[in-house]
Amino acid sequence: MSSMTRTAHKDGLELAVIQERLSGKDGQDYWRSLNELADTEEFQEYVHREFPEGASELSDGLGRRKFIQLMGASLAFAGLTACTRQPKELIVPYVRAPELMVPGKPLYFASAISQGGFARGVLVESHMGRPTKIEGNPSHPSNPREGAKFGPTDIFTQATILDLYDPDRTQVPIWNAKPSTWTRFRGSLATEMAKLDLDQGAGLRLLTETVTSPTLAAQIQDLLKKYPKAMWHQYEPNGRDNVRAGAQMAFGEVVETQYDFGKAKRVLSLDSDFTAVGSASVRYAGQFAEGRRIEDGQKNEMNRLYVVESVPSNTGAVADHRLPLKGSQIDGVARAIAQALGINAGGGNTYGHDVWVNALVKDLKAHQGESLVIVGDHQSPSVHALAHAINHTLGNVGKTVKHTAAVEASPVDHQASLNGLVSDMSAGTVSLLVMVGGNPVYNTPSDIDFKNALKKVPTTIHLGQALNETSQLCNWHLPESHALEAWSDARAFDGTVSIVQPLIEPLYSAQSAHEVLAMMLGDGRQGYAIVKEYWQAQRGGATFDNDWQTWLHDGLIPNTALAAKSVRLKGNYGSPVSSLDGLEVAFRLDPTIGDGRYANNGWLQELPKPNTRLTWDNAALLSPATAEKLGVKDDDVIDVAVNGHSVALPVWRMPGLPADTVTVHLGYGRTVAGRVGNGVGVNAYALQTSNALWQAQEASVSKTGQTYKLACTQDHWYMEGRGLVRTGTLEDYTHHPHMIHEMGHVPGEDANFFNGIHTSEEGHAWGMTIDLNACNGCNACTVACQSENNIPVVGKEQVLNGREMHWIRIDRYFKGSLENPELYNQPVPCMQCENAPCEVVCPVGATTHSAEGLNDMAYNRCVGTRYCSNNCPYKVRRFNFLHYSDDHTESLKLGRNPNVTVRGRGVMEKCTYCTQRISAARITAKVGGQELKDGDITTACQGVCPTNAITFGDINDPNSNVSKLKKQNRNYGLITELNTRPRTTYLARLTNPNSEIAQHG
Amino acid sequence: MAQLFSRSSNAFARTSIVLVLILVGTAITILLNTNRLKYTSDVEVAKQQPVPFSHKHHVTGIGLDCRYCHTSVEESSFANIPPVETCMTCHSQIWTESPLLEPIRESYRTDKPIEWVRIHDLPDFVYFDHSIHLSKGVGCQTCHGQVDQMPLMWKANTLNMEWCIECHRAPEKFVRPKEEVFNMTWQAVDDQGHNIQAVLGARLVKEYKINPSTDCSTCHR
Repeated sequence: MSSMTRTAHKDGLELAVIQERLSGKDGQDYWRSLNELADTEEFQEYVHREFPEGASELSDGLGRRKFIQLMGASLAFAGLTACTRQPKELIVPYVRAPELMVPGKPLYFASAISQGGFARGVLVESHMGRPTKIEGNPSHPSNPREGAKFGPTDIFTQATILDLYDPDRTQVPIWNAKPSTWTRFRGSLATEMAKLDLDQGAGLRLLTETVTSPTLAAQIQDLLKKYPKAMWHQYEPNGRDNVRAGAQMAFGEVVETQYDFGKAKRVLSLDSDFTAVGSASVRYAGQFAEGRRIEDGQKNEMNRLYVVESVPSNTGAVADHRLPLKGSQIDGVARAIAQALGINAGGGNTYGHDVWVNALVKDLKAHQGESLVIVGDHQSPSVHALAHAINHTLGNVGKTVKHTAAVEASPVDHQASLNGLVSDMSAGTVSLLVMVGGNPVYNTPSDIDFKNALKKVPTTIHLGQALNETSQLCNWHLPESHALEAWSDARAFDGTVSIVQPLIEPLYSAQSAHEVLAMMLGDGRQGYAIVKEYWQAQRGGATFDNDWQTWLHDGLIPNTALAAKSVRLKGNYGSPVSSLDGLEVAFRLDPTIGDGRYANNGWLQELPKPNTRLTWDNAALLSPATAEKLGVKDDDVIDVAVNGHSVALPVWRMPGLPADTVTVHLGYGRTVAGRVGNGVGVNAYALQTSNALWQAQEASVSKTGQTYKLACTQDHWYMEGRGLVRTGTLEDYTHHPHMIHEMGHVPGEDANFFNGIHTSEEGHAWGMTIDLNACNGCNACTVACQSENNIPVVGKEQVLNGREMHWIRIDRYFKGSLENPELYNQPVPCMQCENAPCEVVCPVGATTHSAEGLNDMAYNRCVGTRYCSNNCPYKVRRFNFLHYSDDHTESLKLGRNPNVTVRGRGVMEKCTYCTQRISAARITAKVGGQELKDGDITTACQGVCPTNAITFGDINDPNSNVSKLKKQNRNYGLITELNTRPRTTYLARLTNPNSEIAQHG
Repeated sequence: MAQLFSRSSNAFARTSIVLVLILVGTAITILLNTNRLKYTSDVEVAKQQPVPFSHKHHVTGIGLDCRYCHTSVEESSFANIPPVETCMTCHSQIWTESPLLEPIRESYRTDKPIEWVRIHDLPDFVYFDHSIHLSKGVGCQTCHGQVDQMPLMWKANTLNMEWCIECHRAPEKFVRPKEEVFNMTWQAVDDQGHNIQAVLGARLVKEYKINPSTDCSTCHR
């Protein structure tokens, strides 16, 4: 935090005033942020300026004289370009054309991308051999979508494509900070391995992250067979240790637990963000949303979600009842619920929420076999064991809950495994340490001194895609090939195996983990041979070659999901946690950059984090009341201390956080991440200790007197009220179906000043609906749009100026109290108004209306007056103030979508419903002599959405999905009173509260 | 006070106004027409290529179909420039010693592609698709001219937006039967040699459901 400024803090409004304003609002009032509630003069001015003061001016200290010189020069060049001829362009065809490739048409290949070791099935779009976009594989169990061309995915899978082209990737092997070659590495490795042969590999240690790949596991076993005294360790800081320990406690063995949210009518989440985090989050989010889908006259039942959580999450935002509690209190609540269900748990404590818990228990009892309880990975093993017991008692096992053998090749406790390794290293018994991925120098708790232990190992080897804190200190740093460059395999959450196939030759001199293992084993095979020969040995037979092709085509090996396993409860639930008064720190992996591995990914850094809408930083999240008590406001820097360690973090107040909790996200403060991630945020691992990994009690906070500006996007693109989010309870809606329409006003047809110009009933008329009942604010649409439409990253300074370029943003709204507000997420792309206010004010006709109802944007025609953005009531137009796209870095050019212009400076840009996809589908249909069918066009945001919240299609076709949804009584438009006639409309959010919990909470 | 300007300055002022108007008008006309010039748009300018490939020889002389090399023209936006492999199907047998073809053989030997100079080069913000034009009866010759008579390739039309729009606004003036799109010598005449484009075009527009859009997003995105 060296860049911290010592500016005098602006006096915001005190909490009391906010509370007073809040009490003045009636029940249907929504608010977006504390700033809005406070409604200071600063906020007023901020909103009315549209862009913050100075945003339109150069701010890098360029003198006036220099500026005029530059402007003069660029004007002269601008004039000249009109008179120059087009530059010479070359066509470079293949020497020998690859099979199947039709130049100009993309190909899709099925593969898998692993996160935390678990596979997600994907279809990768490849243009002339360059992977450009990742879609979900709709027939893969981790992200299924029946009958669709593409399946959903999450933000990390989408952003993997940018990692592939990251210019900071390591390009050649590095030996003691000097460039080297693989040949020299092989020689050096052979010498080391020969030494190991003498004592059965006693000094050899292999450190990996979670391994589910059957091939890699087999290679590791071969290695351990050859060197019986060698040891394999695993470490990945994702909290799965508690899941494993919980299963061990409950059943006496480690099992994997899968859930079926499609069959669950009542769901209880104990600090679990199952719709956004975990190996099956995309599948679960989809199943859960399906259980909430309401269709007038068809389906009027929905599930009910209770969430007890210590940090407001995506899942908490879609809950019917959300109970914010400190992390340490969740154990007591879980025990109370278990006891009420007749489980001999002991130590139950509802912390004053008897009514809530009793109503919940009654509801769960009434839904035996069709309910489920799920626990957050980072909760203690006892809570996991209790949830297992509750699920068993409720008869959910075999219905909504299923146990299988562990999916990991070796389900060890990672923390213990790491501790063992570090003590061996410190003791000097390790002579050769090989690390396959991972970054233990950075991402381990502060009491584990991996860095010093590393110094005691004579030879250290690290395989990784880019230099990091760990590989920097190793003798050898080897460039690892990206998942899109190498052969491999991996298991999904249910054990289903996918073959990972490369889309492109490695961009640099990189090898995969399999190939490095093969070098250690001395067999020198390449990835393809390693993976294929493994499977030939497993499933060899006369039809193997055919099967192999089928597996590659389908993206999975059929019937590899693990079978259900029966388990018996041991009745052991650990000892109750006593929740102490005072501050408590909750550690979480960062929602966008994970444990820090995505720190150099600009898309994920700039993605506003769910609920807080912060970008480019981590913060100490405090509830408004706790902040008031501590006397701190947003952007104040505080020292957070716990267990003898402390770090300085800026404060961000988050309504809905439990009192006395400081939430800190891990993954920031990287020092060796690359040009994007270096020095961004604060390293919170320094505060974490291995005895209190995810929640640490008895914390203290002290003011430093400094401030640090956080870049929050929530007050940007402000639409100023007017019934933007509409909600109701299922019960009210059933009795009074027009309640949603009555919340706003739509002018009649005759109100049209322009004589109905844009309402043609001929041809196609594109429209979209966004179901707020399904959306959980996971941000996948924003990243998918960024990937599809070549949207640049602008950086923190520019975000502070309100210049972020995302074409689809998620607006967050609160309703109700500061302590436990309801949370709402609303994705906002361009509305494609039929009476578009932007079109009439463009002086150069750069934005015009197409016959099919799109607000076309001709970038090459735009001169950058910004009148359109000024006149847009939805604030969905984005102006490219500086030349945000990187034109110089060669590797980044490869990843761009060739069907979308890379916009330059001074051009307005916006969502056009993925007009390139519409065009491609239309041409394909016409060339084939067909009519466009519903479902032929999938917009990027629609395809990626885990909950199927976005529907796109032809509203002139009465049978299209989108037409049917627009006829729903929940359908409404934003700011329709202005008679803009938006083509994008929303389906109101409905909740299904339990009437016994009187005060919604 | 005496008049500052003499009477004659009125005439001077009037003449100046007229002259300025003429000057501005001329300047605008010149500017607008600069881009239409063959010189600025490279129309009918043959370009030096690594191998002096003659469409005239291969199409008129040998009788190759356009699609022998431009394989993806019916299914993709890009018509395809053939891989060296395609050249070598014949030239591994004939003219195997020709010095003109050495770059082809060298490319095949060394696996280094040939760098052809693009003739039909649309600006990067224009997205054109060959397949849809062919399937609606726009002949190769309509845009590319008499390629069968070109010893070296050149551009027959400016490819300016004005030129595109001309057809998008009135396709009946340009379309031909689908089976004739690759025919380089087809003409819209009946047995008596009368031009029948007007009648034929109108019929084809209906039959092929030709409805070209002039929305910006048709070509720009």
